[in-house]
Amino acid sequence: MIEKKEWAGFQGTAWKEEVNTRDFIQNNYTVYNGDESFLADPTEATDKLWGKLKELQKAERAKGGVLDMDTDIVSSMTSHGPGYICEEYKDLEKVVGLQTDKPLKRAFMPFGGIKMAQESCEMYGYTPDPSFDKIFNDYHKTHNQAVFDAYTPEMRKARKNKIMTGLPDTYGRGRIVGDYRRVALYGIDFLVAEKKKDLARCGNGTMTEKVIRLREEIAEQIKALGKMKEMAAIYGCDISAPAANAREAVQWLYFGYLAAIKTQNGAAMSVGRVSTFLDIYIKRDMDLGILTEKEAQELIDHFTMKCRMVKFARIKSYNELFSGDPVWATLEVAGLGQDGRSMVTKTDYRFLHTLENMGPSPEPNLTVLYSKRLPDNFRRYASYISVKTSSIQYENDDVMRPVWGDDYSICCCVSATQTGKEMQFFGARANLAKCLNYAINGGVDIKSKDQVGPAYQPITSEYLDYSEVMAKYDKMMDWLAGLYVNTLNLIHYMHDKYYYEAAEMALIDTDVRRTFATGIAGFSHVVDSLSAIKYAKVKTVRDESGLVVNYEVEGDFPRYGNDDDRADDIAVWLLKTFMNKLRQYETYRDSEPTTSILTITSNVVYGKATGALPDGRPAGAPFAPGANPSYGAEKNGLLASLNSVAKLPYEYALDGISNTQTIHPDALGHSEEEQVKNLVMAMDGYFERGAHHLNVNVFGTDKLYDAMEHPEKEEYANFTIRVSGYAVKFIDLTREQQLDVIARTCHGNL
Amino acid sequence: MGYIHSLESFGSVDGPGIRYLIFFTGCNMRCQFCHNPDTWVMEKGTEYTADELLDKAERYRSYWGNEGGITASGGEPLLQIDFLLELFKKAKQRKIHTCLDTSAQPFTREGIFFEKFRKLMDCTDLVLLDIKQIYEDKHLLLTGHSNKNILDCARYLDGIGKPVWIRHVLVPGGAGASDEDQQLKELAAFLKTLHNIERVDVLPYHTFGVHKWELLGIPYPLAGVMPPTAERIENAKRILMIDNK
Repeated sequence: MIEKKEWAGFQGTAWKEEVNTRDFIQNNYTVYNGDESFLADPTEATDKLWGKLKELQKAERAKGGVLDMDTDIVSSMTSHGPGYICEEYKDLEKVVGLQTDKPLKRAFMPFGGIKMAQESCEMYGYTPDPSFDKIFNDYHKTHNQAVFDAYTPEMRKARKNKIMTGLPDTYGRGRIVGDYRRVALYGIDFLVAEKKKDLARCGNGTMTEKVIRLREEIAEQIKALGKMKEMAAIYGCDISAPAANAREAVQWLYFGYLAAIKTQNGAAMSVGRVSTFLDIYIKRDMDLGILTEKEAQELIDHFTMKCRMVKFARIKSYNELFSGDPVWATLEVAGLGQDGRSMVTKTDYRFLHTLENMGPSPEPNLTVLYSKRLPDNFRRYASYISVKTSSIQYENDDVMRPVWGDDYSICCCVSATQTGKEMQFFGARANLAKCLNYAINGGVDIKSKDQVGPAYQPITSEYLDYSEVMAKYDKMMDWLAGLYVNTLNLIHYMHDKYYYEAAEMALIDTDVRRTFATGIAGFSHVVDSLSAIKYAKVKTVRDESGLVVNYEVEGDFPRYGNDDDRADDIAVWLLKTFMNKLRQYETYRDSEPTTSILTITSNVVYGKATGALPDGRPAGAPFAPGANPSYGAEKNGLLASLNSVAKLPYEYALDGISNTQTIHPDALGHSEEEQVKNLVMAMDGYFERGAHHLNVNVFGTDKLYDAMEHPEKEEYANFTIRVSGYAVKFIDLTREQQLDVIARTCHGNL
Repeated sequence: MGYIHSLESFGSVDGPGIRYLIFFTGCNMRCQFCHNPDTWVMEKGTEYTADELLDKAERYRSYWGNEGGITASGGEPLLQIDFLLELFKKAKQRKIHTCLDTSAQPFTREGIFFEKFRKLMDCTDLVLLDIKQIYEDKHLLLTGHSNKNILDCARYLDGIGKPVWIRHVLVPGGAGASDEDQQLKELAAFLKTLHNIERVDVLPYHTFGVHKWELLGIPYPLAGVMPPTAERIENAKRILMIDNK
């Protein structure tokens, strides 16, 4: 068995013989059941650095959203010299490393698509080096070009008509969480040696396409590990050996993450589940008397500050989809172990406490892996932080643990992935609401009048008949599922080929399990539309060419969001049906198909591209986000709405079911203490019913109006709200999206 | 069958914990500040059986923990005391915590009502009792009714040792204004004579219900009266010596 001096005091054996971070954690962490009274205030250094960073954020906003950009360096792990929050305070930074040489400066990342990289510069008034044009078009192509070379006309048409949207064909696909903890636990040299063993036993000498590709990928991973060492050396750190103390553990881990965000610009670049791991190092140092609580908190604050600084250059259409500059630096706390022990440690508290020490913030996307069996004190503290900051989300550990074990991370908003064991093919989403209109109109898009779907027989009757609509919808979903899976197959083939994530994959087992993450948009509107057709009378309104362009609903019908099984059964049916259709198709690299009901802020753009629907939603109006009931549909209060969402079976939506709720503080309880307690009760009840996710906002619509009209007020500078799966500074949303957020149901606004 | 205005699955300020709220229709009071004037007329409600309501309520049991349950509110639930009695009796059979939110306007120690009321108290775990004005004359102006039997109800509940939360709406204007110091002191003095008061809540007058008056075509009597300031709310809490911990 290998022994290293940096491992002194750590228990267990399996993790010493081969890479196994989970085994290390399970053998060494210390459960904490106490309350938050041990937590420390920010140090002077933290206040200074955070103060500086706030100034930079302000300057960034004043400059229209981008502070600075690279125009002549292609980002890589070693492309830049060291960068600090500011020269003057650089010795105060306990955790170092920036994406570029300056804070909030955005790197030039062309490999997802050179056109987009150039466009994002030009959009903000920067001119990229003209030689890049030649290099990335003539000498070598990028992911985006490759995808479009191979797209079929049908795929292009479906994409243009936005029945499939947000596809990762113009930027990095993201959502791959490297096990960044490995850098701290093992050091790079050990990891390289393990990957070299993998390379040596890759294949049996017969060079099939599979073997050749894997050999090349492992070689790329080994190179990436070498680059990580070089990158750390730029900051004066030698990460070839394991971290010897808490500060090094945080720093080494961060270098692993930094390698990812220097080389990939995926939509979601998550940090993963790191709190329990880091606590082991912090506790060891504290037991040795070489670290105080104040210093421990400072490490976590500074690490968190770095996660708050992650930036990518984006283009306009991207910002419309994912508003407010999110990066989904998702970071999980809490959860239970397979043995039933709580995984809450003091460092889980320390991460939540960053929202008190440095105020609310959308990033990192702090996620509590929730169970009623978590310690009472912790549940109460998390609830308190929600009431105070509206900056955290909750995901049900009790439904995820049986599927993903006890060392999964969340790789975007709601998508679980086994840390270091899995990767994901992110697939954005298919617009099932638009698909319903295609079913009614024989595949013709009402907006463009294009024949996008197959030219099946349209519905010609004046009133919609439920069984006729269902039969046609079923056929149209068949078509969409097939086209969607195949489009994603093509995209991910090209992404592997032209924009391979060597740094992240180097920190994941070679024998990786892959999931194929599709998604659904327009969910609640399809459910309500089908319910309207079934339980009320829906009259079609046709244009001169006979296309159905609008609907008139006569009579009342049950809506999803009221705990009414008549509507909710349709919701369950829809999810199961679409998922089962996806499963019929072959997915790239033998990946396991999953789906999500998650739209992020793209519900606005998807809605804009979709005509009127039989539920009465007018053309162009935003969809309800994620799995939320439609705006105005919830007539029986918060819990009725939660019960409806909780009925959706997680095992059919393993990529996640996003639900965002806003509760007026007055409706949550008379006093803060009651509000905190009641929120815990609401979450206990919701998750006990098998629900998957909840974004919790505690504020009233009045505050949103005020923030929209007076973004200059100091109190709104960091006013953070949870949208769908992520958090965002409210004032960073477009006005259109602000109005959309205001239109959502606020429970308790009488 | 009972006449019900609406149902709310998430009530967290009308009794302990998270509660299923059942809003009854029908009320004889005409409080100037009423934010639910659409509950005044009993026959405008939807008819439900007690079991229907309890089946609905029980869908939220997982949220109740050890504290939550159902709250009958309104409107004035006591106007449908037969139905209310059936509802609470059946709720207790199902081991559901019951809470009655009442103005006590129908209360009397006489006749058949009192007999039923006593039975009702056997299956009521907690009473939320509104005392809107301690002065009789101003109470008349504010609500259109006397407060004599309301205060008597408070004394009766004290007599039988029924746990009570007192609720006082703070209206800072109009003929029956209820935020004046003298009125509050008098109210505090009255509450001091009772031994069953677990808690006193000051509910600041708000204007969220004004549009309902407009919809019903009834002139709003408190037009122009603004919600109380934070300072006045604190003042009222201080005088009523609220310590709800």
